[in-house]
Amino acid sequence: MTAYEKVTAARDVKKPTAVDYIANMFGDSFIELHGDRRFADDKAIVAGLAMLYDTPVTVIGIEKGRNTKERVERNFGQAQPEGYRKALRLMKQAEKFRRPVLCLVDTSGAYPGIGAEERGQGQAIAENLMEMMALKTPVLTILIGEGGSGGALALAVADEVWMMENAVYSVISPEGCASILWKDSAKAPEAAEALKMTAQDLFDLGVVERIIRQPKTEDKAMFESLKLLISRTLTKNLSLDPDVLTEQRYKRFRRIGTGHLIT
Amino acid sequence: MNIFSFVKPKNELENSDDTKQNVPFVPEEMWTRCPKCNTMLLTTDMEENLNVCTGCNHHFRMSAAQRVELLADEGSFCEHDASLAGGNILDFPGYDQKLEKARKNAKESVICGECLMGGVRTVLCVMDADFMMGSMGTATGEKITRAFELATERRLPVVAVTVSGGARMQEGILSLMQMAKTSGAVKRHSDAGLLYITVLTDPTTGGVTASFAMEGDIILAEPDTLVAFAGPRVIEQTMRQKLPKDFQTSEFVLQKGFIDAVVNRQSLKPTLIKLLKLHGCREEKK
Repeated sequence: MTAYEKVTAARDVKKPTAVDYIANMFGDSFIELHGDRRFADDKAIVAGLAMLYDTPVTVIGIEKGRNTKERVERNFGQAQPEGYRKALRLMKQAEKFRRPVLCLVDTSGAYPGIGAEERGQGQAIAENLMEMMALKTPVLTILIGEGGSGGALALAVADEVWMMENAVYSVISPEGCASILWKDSAKAPEAAEALKMTAQDLFDLGVVERIIRQPKTEDKAMFESLKLLISRTLTKNLSLDPDVLTEQRYKRFRRIGTGHLIT
Repeated sequence: MNIFSFVKPKNELENSDDTKQNVPFVPEEMWTRCPKCNTMLLTTDMEENLNVCTGCNHHFRMSAAQRVELLADEGSFCEHDASLAGGNILDFPGYDQKLEKARKNAKESVICGECLMGGVRTVLCVMDADFMMGSMGTATGEKITRAFELATERRLPVVAVTVSGGARMQEGILSLMQMAKTSGAVKRHSDAGLLYITVLTDPTTGGVTASFAMEGDIILAEPDTLVAFAGPRVIEQTMRQKLPKDFQTSEFVLQKGFIDAVVNRQSLKPTLIKLLKLHGCREEKK
């Protein structure tokens, strides 16, 4: 598959969305919690509590919606500041109760609209980055589709970041990149190649720890094995001293890309 | 001598081809037109006024070196990691040439170091619009991170002056990672109880807004500065929304509650010194 074919696969509306992952892995144990306690409840972000075997976890996902009606309701998975603030509220709550956090990311990016700017989209993302880096509870992020720039990173400052084999993660969309650099959005396939945004590229760059085989919505067994993998990682990190954990998280991001610097 | 010869003194040049070449020569760079009020300003006057229009208070952009000169006590700035630079890590088409061109002005899009500000030892990071529009690459993020780590270790305050088009797309995901890295360094500095002041200058956008620019304990901005996550062009193009007048200016962002104050360039340094001293930062003994 070419890089751009992976982009197309990552955007495929038929692949499982965050709510599919939650339903398949946590079933009835999931209870959704709403609102940022400041302005509104952002439906682009679905969040709540669930049982991961016998461990309670906080689950936060960016949800694109599974049909047209849902997609409109979910703002096509483009979160607003209140969405990121809801996520942060629940992460701080998870820290309080020492619950691990699982983030499922699937977004073309944070919503670039007037209201979002007025309510501090940049500030909301910045705060998440800062607070997640020091969150004294394990955080695991899985990119299950599109990982669009700051809007994805705002839920991806984690101890480990995993990617579905057909997910992509990039600083800018290939269309955006092509239209800025080459004034031609039709050159998106070239941009996708140049941006190194596939799971394999990102694994090679040390940005993600694991590439996961993409489950189909009805594929119970694959969700079960993913759940087991998540549980092992979160349990292992839960046993670490919180200060050691945050130190490791800082070092994880501190290390990325520095091998190429010229001093 | 004919009396009529005095009616009109004969100008030797009048009918000559040399006329054009003999008009007084005004070099273009002597004058600068203010883009806001259209006044023609004598460049030297404008520079003396800290690159601010004497007519309408429009703040022109400043180079990073001018910023350092504006804020640091004379001769006190000591640059750190001056030679640190990034390369074309992803082998991105055309990036090598862009880097080469940009490097004629500076090594990277930020200058970091320590200085005295009103006698107070301060770590100062100043972004450079002349280097690829202040975009944040791996080396930019590394320099800022190191500046914060040093400030944390030596218990110094940090002042960061931002100007940026956002993350540098030619470094792909690695530039995005700088947002997390710098935010982590800011957080550690903050948790150590130390002061961080940001000064937003025109334009501060994208990944810089969504990381260390908005993470200051105190956030100041110059007048009429674009402060945005998604810039006006992005919003108009992708959302097809018409933007209100003065949307995303520092005055607008102030009104929405996301910055502490809009400060004129003339009062910037005194304001910073005042804030440093209000946080118990002491003047060094001479």
